[in-house]
Amino acid sequence: MTARIGVVTFPGSLDDRDTQRAIRVAGAEPVSLWHKDKDLKQVDAVVLCGGFSYGDYLRAGAIARFSPVMDTVIEQAKAGLPVLGICNGFQILTEAHLLPGGMLGNDHLHFICRDQKLRVENADTSWTSDYAAGQEIHIPLKNMDGRYVADRRTLDELEAEGRVAFRYLDMNPNGSLNDIAGITNAAGNVVGLMPHPEHAVEPLIGTGRTDGLPFFTSILKKLVNA
Amino acid sequence: MSRTPLDTVEHATATPDVELPWAELGLKKDEYERVVEILGRRPTGAELAMYSVMWSEHCSYKSSKVHLRQFGEKAPESDAMLVGIGENAGVVDVGQGYAVTFKVESHNHPSYVEPYQGAATGVGGIVRDIIAMGARPVAVVDPLRFGAADHPDTKRVLPGVVAGIGGYGNCLGLPNIGGEVVFDACYQGNPLVNAGAIGVMRHEDIHLAKASGAGNKVILYGARTGGDGIGGASILASETFDDAKPSKRPAVQVGDPFQEKLLIECTLEAFKEKLVVGIQDLGAAGLSCATSELASNGSGGMRVTLDDVPLRDSTLSPEEILMSESQERMCAVVEPEKVDRFLEICDKWDVIATVIGEVTDGDRLEIYWHGGKIVDVDPRTVAHDGPVYERPYARPEWQDALQADDANKLPRPETSEQLKDQVLKLVGSPNQASKQWITQQYDHFVQGNTVLAQPEDSGMIRVDEESGLGVAIATDGNGRYAKLDPYTGAQLALAEAYRNVATTGAKPLAVSDCLNFGSPEDPAVMWQFAEAVRGLADGCLQLGTPVTGGNVSLYNQTGEAAIHPTPVVAVLGVIDDVARRTPVAFQEEGQLLYLLGDTREEFGGSAWSQVIHDHLGGLPPKVDLERERLLGEILISASRDGMIDSAHDLSDGGLVQAVVESALLGGKGARLVVPDGLDAFTFLFSESAGRAVVAVPRSEELRFNDMCGARGLPATRIGVVDGDAVEVQGEFTLPLTDLREAHEGTIPALLA
Repeated sequence: MTARIGVVTFPGSLDDRDTQRAIRVAGAEPVSLWHKDKDLKQVDAVVLCGGFSYGDYLRAGAIARFSPVMDTVIEQAKAGLPVLGICNGFQILTEAHLLPGGMLGNDHLHFICRDQKLRVENADTSWTSDYAAGQEIHIPLKNMDGRYVADRRTLDELEAEGRVAFRYLDMNPNGSLNDIAGITNAAGNVVGLMPHPEHAVEPLIGTGRTDGLPFFTSILKKLVNA
Repeated sequence: MSRTPLDTVEHATATPDVELPWAELGLKKDEYERVVEILGRRPTGAELAMYSVMWSEHCSYKSSKVHLRQFGEKAPESDAMLVGIGENAGVVDVGQGYAVTFKVESHNHPSYVEPYQGAATGVGGIVRDIIAMGARPVAVVDPLRFGAADHPDTKRVLPGVVAGIGGYGNCLGLPNIGGEVVFDACYQGNPLVNAGAIGVMRHEDIHLAKASGAGNKVILYGARTGGDGIGGASILASETFDDAKPSKRPAVQVGDPFQEKLLIECTLEAFKEKLVVGIQDLGAAGLSCATSELASNGSGGMRVTLDDVPLRDSTLSPEEILMSESQERMCAVVEPEKVDRFLEICDKWDVIATVIGEVTDGDRLEIYWHGGKIVDVDPRTVAHDGPVYERPYARPEWQDALQADDANKLPRPETSEQLKDQVLKLVGSPNQASKQWITQQYDHFVQGNTVLAQPEDSGMIRVDEESGLGVAIATDGNGRYAKLDPYTGAQLALAEAYRNVATTGAKPLAVSDCLNFGSPEDPAVMWQFAEAVRGLADGCLQLGTPVTGGNVSLYNQTGEAAIHPTPVVAVLGVIDDVARRTPVAFQEEGQLLYLLGDTREEFGGSAWSQVIHDHLGGLPPKVDLERERLLGEILISASRDGMIDSAHDLSDGGLVQAVVESALLGGKGARLVVPDGLDAFTFLFSESAGRAVVAVPRSEELRFNDMCGARGLPATRIGVVDGDAVEVQGEFTLPLTDLREAHEGTIPALLA
């Protein structure tokens, strides 16, 4: 048996097809979800992929958060549905208050696309259990608004509870506080990060590494074993 | 304020003596007289607007046409060509039922005026050309040229252009996989912003720009039409019509990549359901171009009601609506019974779509406004029968002196220390330095099919996940070579792009070009153009790679000073399995370095002559296209059979530049030995064409040598991948850290 993982397409979503491919490569079944549709088609988990939803003209993720599909995603995520937000998806998750903090423009004011070194800080979430805590991985990063910010209390809380899931290593590509690349909610079912694991699942493509595949095998194992 | 009566066809017939501002719209007197002759009366304001934009240099190719014909006349036999010159973009067969469309265009002038939007809409325009062929766009490339790297205005233009390309392309979800960045003072007031795109489709999905089938509906969809991008029309409007409204609107269009992304998805969905008979994007000349070309290419006529065009600004005059170059618009011809479904798909993607007219069984293009007929023309006369000029051309008097100023006679380094200093200077010079600061502002990864991206020799995209079929593209041009000899310069650009594609393991198939020159009214420039086209056409014939389409950009000059003639050539190639691709980076220590091809004392137009002596003179390197073809075959075979693990073409900067790049990318050094018969300087800096350096695993050396020997390609062992420095034995050792600092530090220091 396998798991059905939904990928939401908003107008302006860019990595939806890539994310579906990554899910397929991991052995799960991708299911296409549409932003105007409240119905999640009974998927076992949802990925909010990268892109510029609704053009990101107001603020990255700010409009997508109010789309019909998000009503259901928010409701079910609170009830335990595993949700992964990648890049724009991470921005949407913070706008939806499923994850704390928010993203500002990169401190150097440029779009940045690079193969980014990360450390896995939390390998106990639904999306990271196939990693080892402390493992160092390379995942492509590409964004304009990737600078993670939160107030001091939130940061302290995230650090104290081990909810920083990924941290930038060697260089902080955007000025994120505490070098934060990704975080999880307290329950570990909602994870968001700026780098793009779906671009690191095949040996020939992109940077040629497959360091992103465990995201998708983690969730598959969790769902199949559940 | 009273309004002059609507200038209908009837009104124009009744008022033959009304003076129209044809000169302000850029028409010459004889061109205007020709319009009158074609129509048998004076044109209406709307007709004049259409003829003036469609007969402009940009749209009609009136100065270049007589030369461009050679691309058709000298076209090599090619089974790969599915759609040739004349459509939105050429289409080639890449096998397994896939077709690929690709094209390069210029957006030079707007990018100087407004770098961000100019460059952004350049990407938008080329991408719509690709969609209009029926293909999903899969990648973009951007050959760019700017003024001197340290000129203050370069710091205005370059970051804006780069941000514009990134801002638009990244938001469309198109990986940026190649291109060039070149600095030269000759581009100071005339930066060259060329944009290329590739699209992939199945053979049966090819669409053409034609309106056929009387009764079929013409649907305009995408953004609303606004006043942006109107050049001369505002003059027309303010002189002929209502004075009370804003007259000077921005002549540079403003892009909205989000809208374009929706346009891509909704168009592809409509294609998938076979809803579209004909399609055309709205680029230069907007609706004037789309309606006249669709009608002209189809079997019938067309009737359009301009009142139905959704507007951003309700005060626009019909002339302005016809000339507006508002971005992110397309025009589709759809059978009546499929219109509802087409509109439904547009609605799904929140794209505004409006039926603005229909195909008629006549042969006229008729456009109505407020119930009056304001255009009644034979669309062919607008779209295809524009003026054709035989501009005078003559080899400039200074050409001989320039060629006599031999770069081979420039003082060369006399000691090993000088040689080493010059190597560091070269690899750290703006043109030879790493462009990572620029390319990291572009998304390389989106769509998840990028096999190779810059700084690789060509960008490579996987087309089929099962079979591994892929395509590669490289764009190259060298204005310095072309200035010394435009015929040879154009062939060198072709040879380099061809070589770059082959170096990565792909077989070159077809060519697109972007021909950037000065004013065609200068006979010297026209000669450069004629020579470059002749060179390129001859070269393509010899290499068997047909030109599938392209673009000409003239008037790239400020005052008397024209840019270097800059033909930029894009070569598209195909690779059976992307797993066999060859990267630039050194892979393993101990592998043997071979130099393929012949090295001669060729320094005319070289990077060395520019960096060390600020010199441009002599003759460019010789071209031997048969040798290029042989080299290409060897590189492709070697990659397919696993005989080489890395390869890099040799071009500007010569061997040392190539070796340093491979070393830095791989994080592994090289020990080089100057081969017999060559001095160290020539070995390192010569820019002889038809060469590449490859890394051969020791286990493959015999087989590789046998292959080169049997095919007659000179292959010289020049060293080994080793250590953390580039060492030229008996001369110098440069640690990778020093090289990296020189190579990667330059551009950020100048621009960041």
